[in-house]
Amino acid sequence: MDTIIKAIVFLPLIGFLIAGLGGNTIGAKASEYVTSGLMILVAVLSWIVFFHVALGETEMLKVSVLRWIQSGGLDVEWAFRVDTLTAVMFVVVNTVSTLVHVYSIGYMHHDPNRPRFFAYLSLFTFAMLMLVTSDNLFQMFFGWEGVGLASYLLIGFWYKKPSACAAAMKAFIVNRVGDFGFALGIFCVFVLFGSVNFETIFAAAASYLPAEGAADAAEPVINLFGMTLDKSQALTATCLLLFMGAMGKSAQFLLHTWLPDAMEGPTPVSALIHAATMVTAGVFLVARMSPLFELSHTALMVVTLVGAITAFFAATVGLVQNDIKRVIAYSTCSQLGYMFVALGIGAYGAAIFHLFTHAFFKALLFLGAGSVIHAVDGEQDMRYMGGLRKHIPVTFWMMTIGTLALTGVGIPGTVIGFAGFFSKDAIIESSFASESPLSGFAFALLVIAALFTSFYSWRLAFMTFFGKPRASADVMHHVHESPAVMLVPLYILGAGAVLAGVLFVQYFYGHHYDEFWQGALFTLPDNHLVHEFHNVPIWVKWSSFVAMAVGFVLAWYMYIRSPETPKYLAEQHRGLYQFLLNKWYFDELYDFLFVRPAKRLGKFLWKKGDGAVIDGLGPNGIAARVVDVTDRVVRLQTGYLYHYAFAMLLGIAALVTWMMLGSSI
Amino acid sequence: MTDWPILSAVTFLPLVGVALLLLTREDSPYGRRNILNVSLLTTVFTFVLSLFIWTGFDASNPGFQMTEKHEWLGTGISYHLGVDGISMLFVILTTFLMPFCVLASWNTIEKRLKEYMIAFLLLEVFMVGVFVSLDIVLFYVFFEAGLIPMFIIIGVWGGKDRVYASYKFFLYTLLGSVLMLLAIMAMYWQAGTTDITELLAYNFPAHMQTWLWLAFFASFAVKMPMWPVHTWLPDAHVQAPTAGSVILAGVLLKLGGYGLIRFSLAMFPLASDYFAPFVFTLSVIAIIYTSLVAMMQDDMKKLIAYSSVAHMGYVTMGIFAANVQGLQGAIYQMLSHGLVSGALFLCVGVVYDRLHTREIAAYGGLVNNMPKYAVAFMVFTMANVGLPGTSGFVGEITTLLGAFRANTWVALFATTGVILSASYALWLYRRIIFGALEKESLKSLPDLSGREKLLLYPLLILTIFFGVYPAPVFDVTAASVDALLNHYSAALQAAQQSVALLAN
Repeated sequence: MDTIIKAIVFLPLIGFLIAGLGGNTIGAKASEYVTSGLMILVAVLSWIVFFHVALGETEMLKVSVLRWIQSGGLDVEWAFRVDTLTAVMFVVVNTVSTLVHVYSIGYMHHDPNRPRFFAYLSLFTFAMLMLVTSDNLFQMFFGWEGVGLASYLLIGFWYKKPSACAAAMKAFIVNRVGDFGFALGIFCVFVLFGSVNFETIFAAAASYLPAEGAADAAEPVINLFGMTLDKSQALTATCLLLFMGAMGKSAQFLLHTWLPDAMEGPTPVSALIHAATMVTAGVFLVARMSPLFELSHTALMVVTLVGAITAFFAATVGLVQNDIKRVIAYSTCSQLGYMFVALGIGAYGAAIFHLFTHAFFKALLFLGAGSVIHAVDGEQDMRYMGGLRKHIPVTFWMMTIGTLALTGVGIPGTVIGFAGFFSKDAIIESSFASESPLSGFAFALLVIAALFTSFYSWRLAFMTFFGKPRASADVMHHVHESPAVMLVPLYILGAGAVLAGVLFVQYFYGHHYDEFWQGALFTLPDNHLVHEFHNVPIWVKWSSFVAMAVGFVLAWYMYIRSPETPKYLAEQHRGLYQFLLNKWYFDELYDFLFVRPAKRLGKFLWKKGDGAVIDGLGPNGIAARVVDVTDRVVRLQTGYLYHYAFAMLLGIAALVTWMMLGSSI
Repeated sequence: MTDWPILSAVTFLPLVGVALLLLTREDSPYGRRNILNVSLLTTVFTFVLSLFIWTGFDASNPGFQMTEKHEWLGTGISYHLGVDGISMLFVILTTFLMPFCVLASWNTIEKRLKEYMIAFLLLEVFMVGVFVSLDIVLFYVFFEAGLIPMFIIIGVWGGKDRVYASYKFFLYTLLGSVLMLLAIMAMYWQAGTTDITELLAYNFPAHMQTWLWLAFFASFAVKMPMWPVHTWLPDAHVQAPTAGSVILAGVLLKLGGYGLIRFSLAMFPLASDYFAPFVFTLSVIAIIYTSLVAMMQDDMKKLIAYSSVAHMGYVTMGIFAANVQGLQGAIYQMLSHGLVSGALFLCVGVVYDRLHTREIAAYGGLVNNMPKYAVAFMVFTMANVGLPGTSGFVGEITTLLGAFRANTWVALFATTGVILSASYALWLYRRIIFGALEKESLKSLPDLSGREKLLLYPLLILTIFFGVYPAPVFDVTAASVDALLNHYSAALQAAQQSVALLAN
């Protein structure tokens, strides 16, 4: 098993090295086949590990690889920790990655830089696997930043486009803002637990909090930024700092601005990195650190709050976007909000379940969108699509399956439904059943977001595939279905979008919860959400169904029945429309608050601080004084020897006095 | 091995090269080639020889090793050499970077090549000398002597404003060293010895430590350089030839950091503890201030120079955090910065040699015709940003962790550096490398030549190697750092006890 795990992690790295270093030598075709071939092997191995660890008896595997940083009490090594959570991520990451590799053979076949593209894809996969197998927070940070680098490189893949370069930079820097918190969180963990290794942290966390009313309950353990914190407050602070990292990587409200821009990258990249895998790293982080988060109610409330706001906010923006990829990007952002709500209310299983199903149907939607874009010659604006259903029927049906899964179509109370039906409804119902103070708030926002989700998803489908063609006759003439190499991944993902829910619901968040997770997700003994969420009132179960249906009808009315309505509404509510279209003006706000002041400050410190003050008073000033003094000395030169002798004597006297004083201090 | 004076050999071997160079004539037919070959061979051989120091080094011994001691002038001052875990790797770093300096100057230095190489070889002697000296006067002599070749290198082979830059460089560093000399004299009067090993064991009275600390700090802070005495560095870098910049950023800045550890922290623990908040403040200002300034630069070299100041901020912060992670991290950060900033200056040199301008606006879209260069530049940029997996990360994260243990506020502000460094470094990369290749002047630029590959690839490999497997460095430094810190905390405790006794 150890070898298999090592192979899973390192084969993509080998693929990266072969395609990256030797790509020009072996050629584009060979690079594609080598990287994709290795990924197929890795995906198969991942499923083996999944059956072995998650569905089998094995509790947790640990594989040590190499020493890393050892300094005093800090002892970090490169090691793989594979438990059910990791096994789930293995399956998600490697399945989607493999399909994206294969799909890209078709999608990118005009591009002259294919070896580089496939190398980046494999590099990303490697970094992501390092992240999910990490055995300590440092290695997780390595994977964390590694996927950030790969994301940066892939967003900026078409480096000739200024917008792509800008988006790449923005993604990296906004992520770094989150990493700033993540790093501080890691330091906190080290100070509190004396280690950054999960094993030590989790073992200590279980009995970390003093019992209610214990003598040392209020004893301070750390002084953090001027606040003296006792154990429970310190844990809250730690979790919040770690969560800041998760917010950056998972594009949560306030740190979400990079995700829509990231759509500048090639579409397969959006499917892999910005939908199925990398952006879920934040969810993974919180789930992995559940032994800490579960101990801090305040931190969990913040997670719920941010998640719910994101789910709602991103869905509102998604309502009016015209770029097909941006709609899906905001949808991703919104769905990540759902996952964070699930984490925040203590339904970790539901969060990971939604992560699992979402990976299939969102990757499907993105790759489908890629197939559409491929068909209409690179056009991404839905206002110039329409009527494509007949021309690209396979893509149409696959996108429809993705939409059905995303909107969560299914019959409440039965096991009939698409993947999203199981995971999303589990979250919505759990949020209602939860004892969290924010339970009602989260439930309300999630149901509204479900309505919006349904609306924008169907809006996308209707604008793209129905109605009259709005593209030029020339483009319409060339519209063609994608080749098999692109369609087969769609079929597989389509199967996942249909079946992933019904097959696995009992494991992730149902009867087999305990045997499946085997302690990989930590919940307090009094957290019975996994059983209680079934007992919600019947109207709660139907609420998301109704929201979904209303969304569908609205979209149908506005884009099929009466296509003038959207325009009319936009005119009527101009302010609101602009507000949503411009994404709540976050980019403008951040530019005004951070980017421009930082540049101005930099300029000011350079010209005034370094130039005028330091150099002015320092070297340049001294030079000026030296000139002054020499002028005077010239005047002092009288030519009389005793004047000089006297001055010399004075100098020596001063020096000796000063030295004697100096030595006696 | 013990009876063989390997440290003297490594220190003074470059003088053999100098002697040979003096015998060659630059204007003879093969003169230029001979000079280059002699210099290269000398530096390579010195490096190979210095590796014996590493292989012969006993990592479990916290004290000084391979010591040599001879009386000198019968004055109590002695010729005393030795290395411990703190200084040993700096010797290797110095000898390692020298061949790169020679290679980097291969075609670019057109006049007075012989004198140029002699200056570099002398500089190597002095720099290695600083790290191996175990007598404070000897240390001072090497420390100051190193100024002269550097001053000449900038002043003679520098760019347009070389005179202003070298003047600024000299003025700043001289000011600091005068104070250090006075402090050394005071220490001699107090302790009656100039031997570093004895001084390390000597407990200076508390009030005296304060003055001595300030005097030494003045000198080292300028060398580091710390804010606000950093303004000489950007000018010096901009004017210096590529190899000068490499050695300046790679080694000369580290003299300051080494001095702070060896003298300030180890000999004046009470004062170090007292002044730690002051150093933290300066370090944090340096990190934020110079990162912001770096962002707005329009000269590539200046940008990297400012980023060096910011990175040295992590070093000073780590040193005065006075815990294992802080101190080991600081040493690691210095070594890593030696590789990375050296490599970045070499990268600038590569395009400067082609276009003779350092202005960022003159570039753009180089990835189109210089893909290999783009890859190398990307790796070093990422190491500069502190991406995990590169050596930059290890130093940065451990110093930050050390600082966090000492004072969370400091770590909070210093960690903003991870955002700011990403901003300036990626922006630079975007403006130079990314984009369409539109400028006519750039269209014919060739990718890396064989010599340039030889310059950049080894550094590239080491940057990643030490990011993945930094253990060789941590293993070597651990024992000495532990010993230093034990001594440090013992001194603080003793002082506290005596205060408590007085109070009773």
